[in-house]
Amino acid sequence: MRQDSPFAPSPLSKVLSYLALLVWAVVVLFPIYWLVVTSLKEPIDVFEGPKYLPFVDFTPSSHAWKYVFGPLGSSIFNAYRNTLVVALASSLLTLILGTMAAYGLTRFTYRPRVGIILSFVACILLGVLLVALGLPWKLALIIVLVLFFLVTQTLGKRSRRSLGNSDIAFWMISNRILPPVVVVIPLYVLYQQLGLLDTPTALIITYTATNLPIAVWLMRDYFTGIPQELEECAQIDGASRFRIFASIVLPLAMPGIIATFLLVLVFAWNEYLVALFLSKANAQTMPLMVSAMSGTRGTEWWYMSVVILIMILPVIFLAILLERYIQRGLLVGAVKG
Amino acid sequence: MARWTDWLERKAGAIFLWPAVLLMLALAIFPLLASIYLSFSRIQFRAGTVSFNFVGWANYKRLLLGTEQTHFLGIGKTLTPLGWILLAGLVGLLLWWVVRHLQRKGSLRGLAYRLGVSALLIFLLWTLLSRLAGQPGTVQTTLVYVLFGTVMQYLLGLGLALLCAQRLPGIRFFRVIYLLPLAITPVGVAYMFRMLTDTGRGPLNPLWQALGLTNFSWVNEPWGARLAVMIGDVWQWTPFMFIVLLAAVQSLPQEQIEAAVVDGASRIQTFIYIVFPYLIPVSASLLLIRLIEAFKIVDLPNVLTNGGPGTATESMTLQAFFAWRTLDLGGAAAIAFLLLILVSLIATIYANVVVARARGD
Repeated sequence: MRQDSPFAPSPLSKVLSYLALLVWAVVVLFPIYWLVVTSLKEPIDVFEGPKYLPFVDFTPSSHAWKYVFGPLGSSIFNAYRNTLVVALASSLLTLILGTMAAYGLTRFTYRPRVGIILSFVACILLGVLLVALGLPWKLALIIVLVLFFLVTQTLGKRSRRSLGNSDIAFWMISNRILPPVVVVIPLYVLYQQLGLLDTPTALIITYTATNLPIAVWLMRDYFTGIPQELEECAQIDGASRFRIFASIVLPLAMPGIIATFLLVLVFAWNEYLVALFLSKANAQTMPLMVSAMSGTRGTEWWYMSVVILIMILPVIFLAILLERYIQRGLLVGAVKG
Repeated sequence: MARWTDWLERKAGAIFLWPAVLLMLALAIFPLLASIYLSFSRIQFRAGTVSFNFVGWANYKRLLLGTEQTHFLGIGKTLTPLGWILLAGLVGLLLWWVVRHLQRKGSLRGLAYRLGVSALLIFLLWTLLSRLAGQPGTVQTTLVYVLFGTVMQYLLGLGLALLCAQRLPGIRFFRVIYLLPLAITPVGVAYMFRMLTDTGRGPLNPLWQALGLTNFSWVNEPWGARLAVMIGDVWQWTPFMFIVLLAAVQSLPQEQIEAAVVDGASRIQTFIYIVFPYLIPVSASLLLIRLIEAFKIVDLPNVLTNGGPGTATESMTLQAFFAWRTLDLGGAAAIAFLLLILVSLIATIYANVVVARARGD
């Protein structure tokens, strides 16, 4: 199409580009090739030293694949289904809530009052005190909510100092600072109280909440990059905010949305520690199966390779399917038109 | 009907933001409060019941002043000449920052803020450099991982995104391939790198033999082990930078580039004056996100080296994980909160100095 335009890369730079692309492709693919080879090896072929090529260096065997799909089959299938459900549901939810919040943060001005935030914190501390004094938590929650409502209607409105959009964004991302190791036990207690332990729902809620900051931060930048003239035109024509968001902004931000979707999907797909705590037999996910291959009998590299490989497949499939949407040109046409 | 839509329109801002905020609040508050309490307590098992006894600052004291101090904060030595040069460089840079504020007759509050930030950054770099000369604790090891990892991943990701934004035949193959490392669960990546770094049975064995290093397990060498962890980290997280930057490069206004090329700008000039400025806001956020995530590195050092040799590859989160595994929940929570304080400080400074400027708000 534009091959003959002055911006087409010169032959030399083309060769160099391909060279660089190939080098990194090898860096990425070699470890995965090693997984494939290992999945075809008998234990003895793994322990005798490096063997690179099936049929040449060693006789490939499908024992690992047969074991994973045979005796392990039912638990793998269960875990696979859970992972799919949890990852897809939570990443779609994250995307919906995240793009909305990010759009809000780039197009509206929020002024959360310091007074209200402080009274919120004070109410929470009071709630903690009440529970520590032996009140049932449901009762304490009701008391605190009523009190919070009263305080914000009276005292909270008197303070003038307020924060801005960037403070809200920073609060969101700061939720990711605490390492999951310390949060899992409180989360366990929380879901135990709600009766949601060992259900996909618990994982979906947790992953959505933990991945939201990333979605918001990434989408915020893509939305900032979209010129606002288009939206202003639509507004003059009488379109509602929601209409503008759904039919103008979202299509324009498609590359960013797809990239963000893939990222939050793999985060949910791969999460290990929270899944370990919140699920037992029922809601087990694939990352748990991977680490389960390293157990009392040492690390069974051949089985582990198979499990990792079947975990990669759907993600590759999605990446191939969605990669085309990370394309240039959408914005150009829109602004010209 | 009209009134209903009017109301929606007036409340649009709130409707866009609140669902996300509410969900995050609901899930953040209780774990935060509970783990703060944990960090001030010690777990006790008595006759089948578990109780958490309040012990005040004991967990924190142990890490900062007591038995765990060298493990957590390392042992310092006088700086190497290179260390002095680096420190002097930072001091010079910060001095310039403060002096410029004075020249512009900035506010007193701004001056205090800049002095505070400068003091903190100098202190951080000094602890890092002196411990690298002596014996690094988990804090310094984590800082090394974070600095090296974030910078390398950003540079590689940016380079690959620019390469993949070109119109070349077969480019889609590379774009999909480059996402693969993200598709592997971090625990899996860690085990995979354990296979790859094995000098005896790993695929690089002929290389070690050629170098005469067969009996040498490079994972027993502190810097070799750290390097192995960092290579694994870069391998795994470069695609994260890559995909976000690729999407940003792809949505770049095309006319500007074309106009610049028509005006005779070279590729490097186009990059410096048009492409890179456009990428600055995304880059600023991306680096912040990766910075925060990188501080939580745990799977790679755990599986690859088990934190060893000694504590050479142990990150703060891994130290917390080890404490937690021995049921020292209070100690684990205390490490986590010290991490929280450290990262919050760094992230706040970064957000105020870099992100705010990059986004122009």
